Amino acid sequence: MTSLEALRLLRVVRKDHDVVVSAMGAARDWMALGSHPRDWIFVPSSMGQATSLGLGIALARPDLRVIVLAGDGGLIMNLGSLITITGQAPANLVILIFDNGVYEVTGAQPTPAAAAGRGGAPPVDLAALARASGFESVFRFGTLDEWVRGIDEALAARGPVFAVLTIAALPGAAGPRSPGPAPERAKAFMAALRERTVTPSEP
Amino acid sequence: MTAIFSGAEVAGLLRDCGITHVVTVPDSTLGQWEPDIEAIGIRLIRVCREGEAWALAAGLYLGGARPLVMIQCTGLFESGDSLRNVLHDWQLPIPSIIGYRSYLNQETLPGDTCLVFTEPTLRAWQIDYCLVTEPAHFTLMADHLRASLAQDKPGAVLVAEGKA
Repeated sequence: MTSLEALRLLRVVRKDHDVVVSAMGAARDWMALGSHPRDWIFVPSSMGQATSLGLGIALARPDLRVIVLAGDGGLIMNLGSLITITGQAPANLVILIFDNGVYEVTGAQPTPAAAAGRGGAPPVDLAALARASGFESVFRFGTLDEWVRGIDEALAARGPVFAVLTIAALPGAAGPRSPGPAPERAKAFMAALRERTVTPSEP
Repeated sequence: MTAIFSGAEVAGLLRDCGITHVVTVPDSTLGQWEPDIEAIGIRLIRVCREGEAWALAAGLYLGGARPLVMIQCTGLFESGDSLRNVLHDWQLPIPSIIGYRSYLNQETLPGDTCLVFTEPTLRAWQIDYCLVTEPAHFTLMADHLRASLAQDKPGAVLVAEGKA
């Protein structure tokens, strides 16, 4: 499955009140599919911090579901965030990790968690890491068909949710471009969150 | 280790400033304040490394909360890229309290290089900070924090600490 294929499906099922935080390659592909006032395109970012930033939004706005789209390379820069997340136990946070085993935007060098970056040693099991960090709702999607069949269950599971999607690397793919001045986007995003509240009866 | 301010004093100030969350990695001075901060109704969020703290606080701020980052100066050094992104790229006014290790006493760490690099680092990151070194400086700390919040600027209070 490609990142675009996986995200296309997420676009369809994403609810209007959902907040979507995206970083790196996932941000590039999420932007390519459209825009939404409650999209936080985390570009520029500090690599690895999307999970932490998503946690902050989820804690401040427990009425909104927060979906974080991040890569495996970013996740392994901030593994401690998995422990912080489960320590806070936000029921409204979903972490989707797009695992291609490489640092795609820098030229597809293997990460130290991927088999190719470990001298042939087995790859690190990111889902197992999440489970050991305290996540109880953990999913793996190795193919587009699995994602199609499992996306609703994953998004509806009690949070915090952690899911790994195995995606194809796209060597040579461009990095994400900032869609506009960051401070102005922050203000617009905050306004979009303020104007949207969700009642318990709302689907 | 005795801090120059009590937990009750700090917690009261943070409450009066409208701080809703304190995102922290403790040290032996800042950690003493945790019970009072929680007791006063401010949510304490413990993170694993300090770089996390800035991004988490950014998310809280974007969601409408009023967070503050509370870390030691060693954690300030660790925070670099995350701090840069939050305070400068996105210009989010996240205030902080930073413990200044060994400033009052180098008995356990003679020649502690925290004394060499802390203030130049704050200046390099263009953070408006005030240094407080004795109990009589509480008003200075309060005024700086209130001014930073009122102006939506990411001010820091650098709190002198004793032995590591």
